[in-house]
Amino acid sequence: MIGGLFIYNHKGEVLISRVYRDDIGRNAVDAFRVNVIHARQQVRSPVTNIARTSFFHVKRSNIWLAAVTKQNVNAAMVFEFLYKMCDVMASYFGKISEENIKNNFVLIYELLDEILDFGYPQNSETGSLKTFITQQGIKGQTKEEQSQITSQVTGQIGWRREGIKYRRNELFLDVLESVNLLMSPQGQVLSAHVSGRVVMKSYLSGMPECKFGMNDKIIIDKAGKGGVTNEAGKSTSGKQSIAIDDCTFNQCVRLSKFDSERSISFIPPDGEYELMRYRTTKDIILPFRVIPLVREVGRTKLEVKVVIKSNFKPSLLAQKIEVRIPTPLNTSGVQVICMKGKAKYKASENAIVWKIKRMAGMKESQISAEIELLPTNDKKKWARPPISMNFEVPFAPSGLKVRYLKVFESKLNYSDHDVIKWVRYIGRSGIYETRC
Amino acid sequence: MTDSKYFTTTKKGEIFELKAELNSDKKEKKKEAVKKVIASMTVGKDVSALFPDVVNCMQTDNLELKKLVYLYLMNYAKSQPDMAIMAVNTFVKDCEDPNPLIRALAVRTMGCIRVDKITEYLCEPLRKCLKDEDPYVRKTAAVCVAKLHDINAQLVEDQGFLDTLKDLISDSNPMVVANAVAALSEIAESHPNSNLLDLNPQSINKLLTALNECTEWGQIFILDCLANYTPRDDRESQSICERVTPRLSHANSAVVLSAVKVLMKFMEMLPKDLDYYGTLLKKLAPPLVTLLSAEPELQYVALRNINLIVQKRPEILKHEMKVFFVKYNDPIYVKLEKLDIMIRLASQANIAQVLAELKEYATEVDVDFVRKAVRAIGRCAIKVEQSAERCVSTLLDLIQTKVNYVVQEAIVVIKDIFRKYPNKYESVIATLCENLDSLDEPEARAAMIWIVGEYAERIDNADELLESFLEGFHDESTQVQLQLLTAIVKLFLKKPTETQELVQQVLSLATQDSDNPDLRDRGYIYWRLLSTDPVAAKEVVLAEKPLISEETDLIEPTLLEELICHIGTLASVYHKPPSAFVEGSRGVMHKRLPARTGSGEGTECPDVGNAAGGSAPEAAPSIIPSQGDLLGDLLNLDLAPPTTTGPTPSTSGMQMGGMDLLGGGLDSLVGTALCNILIMSKLNSSLLSPQLGGDIGGSPAMGAGFGAAPTVMPASLNAPVGGGLGDLFDLGGGVGMPMGAYIPPKTVWLPAMKAKGLEISGTFARRAGVIQMELVLTNKAMSVMTDFAIQFNRNSFGLAPAGPLQVLTPLGPNQTIEVSLPLSTVGPVMKMDPLNNLQVAVKNNIDVFYFSCQYPISMLFVEDGKMERQVFLATWKDIPNDNESQFQIQDCHLNSEAASNKLQGSNIFTIAKRTVEGQDMLYMSIKLSNGIWVLAELKVQAGNPNYTISLKCRAPEVSQCVFQCYEAVLKN
Repeated sequence: MIGGLFIYNHKGEVLISRVYRDDIGRNAVDAFRVNVIHARQQVRSPVTNIARTSFFHVKRSNIWLAAVTKQNVNAAMVFEFLYKMCDVMASYFGKISEENIKNNFVLIYELLDEILDFGYPQNSETGSLKTFITQQGIKGQTKEEQSQITSQVTGQIGWRREGIKYRRNELFLDVLESVNLLMSPQGQVLSAHVSGRVVMKSYLSGMPECKFGMNDKIIIDKAGKGGVTNEAGKSTSGKQSIAIDDCTFNQCVRLSKFDSERSISFIPPDGEYELMRYRTTKDIILPFRVIPLVREVGRTKLEVKVVIKSNFKPSLLAQKIEVRIPTPLNTSGVQVICMKGKAKYKASENAIVWKIKRMAGMKESQISAEIELLPTNDKKKWARPPISMNFEVPFAPSGLKVRYLKVFESKLNYSDHDVIKWVRYIGRSGIYETRC
Repeated sequence: MTDSKYFTTTKKGEIFELKAELNSDKKEKKKEAVKKVIASMTVGKDVSALFPDVVNCMQTDNLELKKLVYLYLMNYAKSQPDMAIMAVNTFVKDCEDPNPLIRALAVRTMGCIRVDKITEYLCEPLRKCLKDEDPYVRKTAAVCVAKLHDINAQLVEDQGFLDTLKDLISDSNPMVVANAVAALSEIAESHPNSNLLDLNPQSINKLLTALNECTEWGQIFILDCLANYTPRDDRESQSICERVTPRLSHANSAVVLSAVKVLMKFMEMLPKDLDYYGTLLKKLAPPLVTLLSAEPELQYVALRNINLIVQKRPEILKHEMKVFFVKYNDPIYVKLEKLDIMIRLASQANIAQVLAELKEYATEVDVDFVRKAVRAIGRCAIKVEQSAERCVSTLLDLIQTKVNYVVQEAIVVIKDIFRKYPNKYESVIATLCENLDSLDEPEARAAMIWIVGEYAERIDNADELLESFLEGFHDESTQVQLQLLTAIVKLFLKKPTETQELVQQVLSLATQDSDNPDLRDRGYIYWRLLSTDPVAAKEVVLAEKPLISEETDLIEPTLLEELICHIGTLASVYHKPPSAFVEGSRGVMHKRLPARTGSGEGTECPDVGNAAGGSAPEAAPSIIPSQGDLLGDLLNLDLAPPTTTGPTPSTSGMQMGGMDLLGGGLDSLVGTALCNILIMSKLNSSLLSPQLGGDIGGSPAMGAGFGAAPTVMPASLNAPVGGGLGDLFDLGGGVGMPMGAYIPPKTVWLPAMKAKGLEISGTFARRAGVIQMELVLTNKAMSVMTDFAIQFNRNSFGLAPAGPLQVLTPLGPNQTIEVSLPLSTVGPVMKMDPLNNLQVAVKNNIDVFYFSCQYPISMLFVEDGKMERQVFLATWKDIPNDNESQFQIQDCHLNSEAASNKLQGSNIFTIAKRTVEGQDMLYMSIKLSNGIWVLAELKVQAGNPNYTISLKCRAPEVSQCVFQCYEAVLKN
C-alpha cells in the first residue's frame, strides 16, 4: 500500500510529508526531488522506480503530489487516490497552490490522517469529511451527532447525511459533452467520439430516491418490444435513441440494478456532483467542419485558407469559437484576412488564432493568410500540427436527451411534482482537430 | 490568520524559543508552537529534541492540537522509545473516550508508533476497539491489526487478533468488512501458507455482498482479494463473474481494472463454447476503452494493462484500433504506449489506417516517439505480409526526408524486412546506399553493413562501400565490427577475385589488433574456414537464414499469465513480476491463472499452457506452474555461470561437432584451394601461420596447434572419440551389467516457444551407479546462447546437479548439443506431487527458464538393493498390509526368467522364485537412494500376458512410481 505521501512546490521543496510505512525513509523525499523534479529531461512516465522504491506523481499547476511505495500496490488506485486528494483539498481551500497548501498545512495533515490509514484509502467524500474535519475541533457535538457522523462515514450512504432540509426542493441537470474529432485533410473522419458527463446539483430534502432516464437505445428498444410493436411506435422512438458505448457512474448509483435492468437509480449526494460519464461514437453531430487549404509558394511563403462550416439548426447559436492554425517556427510575418470575427498571429504560440464570438447554424466563414518564412537550412520539414478548434454549442452532439428524473421521498411530505427541475445541454469541443 | 508563516522561521536558537512556547500556559501559544514544530518537521529539520515538551501538550481536549501532537509522536517515537512510553496512558485513556472519533483516533495513532515496548500496552485497548459498538472504531481497529502485525507478528498471533479480524469479515458494516479484508490480505502475503484468508464459497458470498455496499476503495480491496481465489468449477466461476461485471461501470478506474483482473482470471475457467463466455468478452471492451478518457496518468496505467490483455486475449479489443490513435497533445508516455498497442492490434483489416497514422507520427517532434513510429512501420510489414510493399514504400518516403534519426531507424527496420521477405525488395538498396554517410548510430551502421554484405553480388561497389567503413575499424562499436567482418567475408566468398586484400585486412584487424575476444574468435573461425575449405565456408557463411518471426517482443507466456493476475498493480505497469522490484518476502508469491476444470465432463483446454500436471507419467512436461513459494525458491536460487574448467568427457561430445568441421578440413589441407595458400603465405607475422604452415608440412602436431588457439578448441582432442555421446559414457563405466538399465526415450521438456528459442529435451539414466540427466539443448533462436547454468528446485529425493552444466562453447542458432549432467541425491528434500516431479531452472545469457519433468524412479534404485532372503521374509511380514498395493501389468510377453533379467538391469533384484499351480511368483527387492526399501511380488502365469504385481513398502506413496517403472522396464 501507499507508504508515504509528499507534496512539493515547483522548486522541489517539501510542503507536506506524511509517511505511513516504516519502509519509506526520509531519503525517499530527496530521491524524488533529485530524480524527477530536478531531472533534466521531460518526465517520461508518471511512475518512477528509484532504488526499488516506486513513486507515483501527478502535477497540479506547479505543485507536485507524489505517493511512494515499496510494495506491489494497485497503481490505478494510487492515481485515483491522488486525484481524489486534489479534489478534497480543492473543496476545502480552493486552488491547489503553494500558498494555499502552506496556509492549510495543519488541515492537510488532518485530512491525510483521516483519508489514508496505513496507506489504505478510507472514506474520502468531502460531504461527510466536512462534518467532522472542520479545523474547529469537535467539542460541541452531542452523542447523537457523533454517532451520526461515524455511521455516515462508514455507512452504505457515506455520501449523504440524514436530516437535510430545503424549503424549495430543486434540482439542476447539466448534460456536458465534449466532442472529439480527428479529421484528415480530405475531410474523412479518422476518429470521433463524444465523452459526456451528467452533472447534477441537487437541493432536495431528506433521503430522496431518484431515478434517471435518458434516450438510451437499449432501454427504448426494450420498451418498444414490450409495448406496442407497430411501425409507428418504432419510428418515433427509434429515431431519437442513441447508442451509448459505455458509461460509468458515481458511487451513489446502484450498479447491479443498472447491470440487470439498465435503470439508473440512486440517492444523490447533496449539492453538486457528477452523476455519470458516458461515451458515444455513433451518429455524432459534428457542430463544425474545418476545410483547410495550405499551399507552399516557394521556400519562403505559405498560403493558408481555412473555411469553417457550422452544421446545426439555424436557430441555435454557437459561442466562443476559436480556430487555431499552426504556423512554422521560422515564420517572419503573417497577413490575415477573415470574413468574421478577429484573427491574430501569435508568434509566441506559433499559431494564427481566429476568434468568433457567435455563429448561427448552417453558416460558413473563411479566413485566408499569407505566411512569410525565413529561409532556413534546417533539413527537417515542418511537422504541420493539426488545426484545432474550440467552441461551445447549446445542444448535446451525441444526441442524448434526458427523458425524466423522478424523485421519491416517502418519509417527507413532497412528491415528484413539487420538485423544480432544470435541464441544460452544453456541447464543447474536446480535442477537435483537422490535419492539414 | 495564515499558517504559511510557520514555514519561514529559520533563525538560530529556534529550538529554545519553541521549547519556551511549548511550555507556555496559554493554550493558543502552545498550539502555535506545535504548529511551528510540525512545519519544521515537514521541511526536514530535526526537532526531536523537543520530544518531552511536545508530548506534554498531549493532555488536551483540543482535538486539533491533539492530532498535531500525535503526528509528531508518529515521527519521533522510534528515536525516543523511552519517552514514548509517556504517551501510553493517554492512548489507553482515549480508547475509552465516549466520542467514537477520539477512540478511533487513539487506536489509529497508536498503531503507527513503532516501539516494541509500547505495543504490549496497546493490546488491550485494541482488543476492545475491535469489538467496539461503533463501526468507525472497528474499521480503524481492523487496520491497526495489520500495523501491529508489521511491528510484531508473533504478538498478533499470540493475542488471537487474527481470529477477531477474520470474524470482522462477517461484520454488518461494509467498510469494516473492506478494511478487514485489506488487513488480512496484507498479513496473508507475508505468510503464504497460512491459509489466513480462508476463501470458500460462503466467505466469497459475504465479500460479494459487501462489494455492492462499500466505498470505492473498499471495493478495490475486496476485488483484489477475490482475484486470489480459485473457484472450484466453471459454474462457481461464472456466478462470481456475473456479480462482478456491474463494477465495470464504476467511475473509479481502479475499481474497473480490479474487476477486469477478476474477470480475466476467472474467464480462464469457463469453457469457450459457453454463451456466457462470449458475452463476457464483449462486456470487457467498452470499459477498457473508457479508461482512455481518464486523466493521463491513469491512461498510462490502463494502457500498460491493455498491452497485457491484448497479448492474452487479442479478441477483446480487435475492433477498437481507432481509440489507440495518438492525439497531438497526449503526454509522451501515453503516446509511446498507444503505439505499442496499435502494432499489436494491426491486422490485414486495419493496416491501411494504421500505416497512414504511423506515417503521420513519423513527422512529429519527439525523437523517441518518431523512432518508435518508424520501427512500428517495419513491424507492420513483418506482421502483415500484404502490407509489406506499402510499408517499404512508406519507409522510402521517410528516408527521403533526410532527417537523420528517421533515416537510421528506417534502415534498421528495412534490414528486418529483408530478413522476412528475402529477394523481394532489394530494389531499394540503391536508395539506402545513398545515405551511407549520414549513419552515425552503431545499430544503423551495422544494419547497413549487413545489407551490403548480404547483397554484395548486386551492389557493384560493395567493396568500396565496405572498405570505407574499414578505415575507422577500431573506433567502431563491437556490433559494427562484427557485422563488418562477416560482411566482408561474405563479399569475399561472392567475389573472391577482387576482394582478397580486403578480407585479409579485416581478418588481421579482427584477430591481431582487437582486444575483443568475440571479434577475435569470429575472425579466427572465418580465417580457418576460408583457409581450409572454401566450399564449406560458403556453406557456413552463406547458409540460408531462417526467416525472422513476426512477433518479437511478446511477453513470455508464464510471465504474461502471472502479470494478468496482477492487473492494475505496479507489476502490470512495469511488466515485471513483483519479486523483481519488491524487497523481502512480501509479494513474491507467484500467482497463476486457474486451469479450466469443468464441473461436468472434462473439457479440453488447449490454450492453457500450464494445465495442471498430467496424470499420465509420460505426459508432456509442462512449463512449471507457479506453485506458491516453490517457485519462489527456484527464483532465489543462485544460478552461477558455468566455471570454465578444462573440458570433461561429458562435454567433449558436443564439441566434436565443431571439431569435425575443422578437423575434417585439416585432413585435406594439403589439397586446399589456391586461395588458401595465397592467404596463408601472406600471414608471415601472424600468430597462426606457423602452426598452419606446419600442418601443411604434414606435422603431426595439429592437436597442439589447435589447443593453443584461444578458446575455440578443447584440449582433449586426442581423447577417444567414439561415434556418439552414449559410447563415451559406456566407456566410462558400463561394465558388468547383464543388460543395460532402462532409459526412457528423450522427450521435449521445454519447447522453444516458451523459452525464447531454447529447446530442451532429455531423459534420465543411471550408469554405473551415477544418475545422469541427459539433456539436448537446441538453439532455435536467432542469437547465440551462452552462459548456461542449471538448478533444481527441492524435490522428493534430493536430486541436485553434482557439477555445473558443461556447455563451454556458445550455442549458435540452429545448433544442438548434448550434455550429460551427473546428479547427486544429497540436495534439499521436499515432497513433490507427483512424487517424481522435478522442477528445473535453466539459465542462459538471455533469460532464466523454468520447466518441470518427471524422472523414472528406477534411476534411484541402487546397486546394493538385493536383500537377504530372511530379511526379506521378515520385512514383508513386518510391513502392515495397508501398505500393500496391487497393480496389473498388461500385454507383457516375457517369461519370468527374461523379466527377472530385464528388471535386474534396472537394479530390481529377484530374491526368490516359487512356482505355484503354473504361476511363477517372483519375489524382488529394490532399494532407493534414500534408503527406502520396496518389496515386490510379481505373479507371472505362462500364457497370460497380464502380470499381477504387489508392492509393499513402508512409504506406500512410492508404490505408484515403482509400478510405473516396472511397466516401463518390462515393456521396453
